[in-house]
Amino acid sequence: MNESDAPVDSGLEEFDELLILSNLETRRKFIKQVAGTSAAITIGPALLSAADATATSQIASPSKSNSDSISMTLKINGKDYTVDLDPRTTLLDALRERLHLTGSKKGCDHGQCGACTVLVNGRRINSCLTLAVMHEGDEITTIEGIANGDELHPMQTAFIEHDGFQCGYCTPGQICSAVALLKENHANSDDEIREFMSGNLCRCGAYPNILAAIKDAKTKST
Amino acid sequence: MNPFAYSRASDPTQAVAEAVKPRAKFLGGGTNLIDLMKMGVETPANLIDINKLPLAQIEDRKSQGVRIGALVRNSDLAEHELIKSGYPVLSEALLSGASPQLRNMATVGGNLLQRTRCYYFYDPAFPQCNKRNPGSGCGAIEGYNRIHAILGQSDQCIAIHPSDMCIAMAALDAVVRVQGSKGEREIPFADFHRLPGNTPNIETNLQQDELITAVDLPIIPFATRSHYLKVRDRASYAFALVSVAAILDLDQSKKVKAVRVALGGVAHKPWRASKAEESLVGKTADEKTFRAAAEAELAAAKGYKHNSFKIELAKRAIVRALTTVAAMA
Repeated sequence: MNESDAPVDSGLEEFDELLILSNLETRRKFIKQVAGTSAAITIGPALLSAADATATSQIASPSKSNSDSISMTLKINGKDYTVDLDPRTTLLDALRERLHLTGSKKGCDHGQCGACTVLVNGRRINSCLTLAVMHEGDEITTIEGIANGDELHPMQTAFIEHDGFQCGYCTPGQICSAVALLKENHANSDDEIREFMSGNLCRCGAYPNILAAIKDAKTKST
Repeated sequence: MNPFAYSRASDPTQAVAEAVKPRAKFLGGGTNLIDLMKMGVETPANLIDINKLPLAQIEDRKSQGVRIGALVRNSDLAEHELIKSGYPVLSEALLSGASPQLRNMATVGGNLLQRTRCYYFYDPAFPQCNKRNPGSGCGAIEGYNRIHAILGQSDQCIAIHPSDMCIAMAALDAVVRVQGSKGEREIPFADFHRLPGNTPNIETNLQQDELITAVDLPIIPFATRSHYLKVRDRASYAFALVSVAAILDLDQSKKVKAVRVALGGVAHKPWRASKAEESLVGKTADEKTFRAAAEAELAAAKGYKHNSFKIELAKRAIVRALTTVAAMA
């Protein structure tokens, strides 16, 4: 740690809070605290406006649009949900913003990171690149429906035992993907598991532990 | 995403009838179309969901080959026994593309119609793209063009076709079956996609009122000796910089009886390497012959500021792919 990092000691705690709470007030406090140089002060407002814009777009309801909404029934984790949705609503947005099943995560929103992975009729897909209206009549399983009541799915247990995550943001997608992987019979070697989990990115780099968890869950399920 | 009217087609005839509506698009797996709609590149007014059409079968037509329904998902095609045993190059190509989640969604018909990942096309913030906005110019020719074409490009567009599946199908002499308002027709694979010329916005010879219903693979007994080599920036989950689908039939003295080579990552369409094929037939299958074939195919190649490396890369990839197949029992 160099000298210019010194005031950040207290700032780091705030940074944790920022990540965990996504609290705008905390962000402002944090940026004020770390903005010790003139360069940082210049960057400060840009960061704030970006944070505000993100918050606004998340609050916007997908039903407020020019498209006529469509009434549909989605079967998720064995339960029927009847909702009116703008046809533009992706399955991911329907789950998170309308049905408040926020376990499935929005990472890239372009099918590149896998955080939104859910199972549709037992097959893993990216819920961000499919419209909710395309899935009437399908059996949708999200991370909320993976466990058997209070009993964790063996894959969930394995992820905990092997510390298969750090921040946890990619974990629901990783677990849904890994559950499907075992059914696909593509977990027969370390390299095969790596290749067939390549659609799930982990920015913390927990890959070795994710691999260990999947191998363990496979052993215990056979 | 722009607003659109959503409808669900229950049979191909109905789908084709709806396709004449203003700015209508068929919606299959959605992996590319929905992404492009989010980007504001695709702005359909009518979206016709074809996922319920009965086009998800893989049919063994015995002496006539295999018919693959347009809605067969990439993962199902890659894992199908008829494909793994008879056309392994297609299985390999499919499994080298995208991720398991995307392959579970992506359809055969949609893969044929997937659009280029040229940065200047994919982001409307770039003002120049003759493909997205005809007449606006090409941002890539003078811009950052590392992933772009080296064969068959024009001064209007140097984008490439991003598919792996289509490269294998081009090598396999597949035939695309379509249904339109005037009936059905067959389009040989080589005639399905177009070179950019002066109309890079027109990518295929499919008409607005036509729906892809299937892809036919002919019987090619020696297609069991085949390989798909994909060269990319990382080992998995990336588009090809250069790819090669190679199918090779040798006689007992190791002379080339028949050969099929197609290249990906180099052109606006899946590139059938017919010059390389011509130079190979009747010759002894060795590295010297393969190198000469590669030189013949790439003689007309033209590179740009950031992608000239692809010319030598393509040559070496051809040699490597053919060498791999020649060594197969």
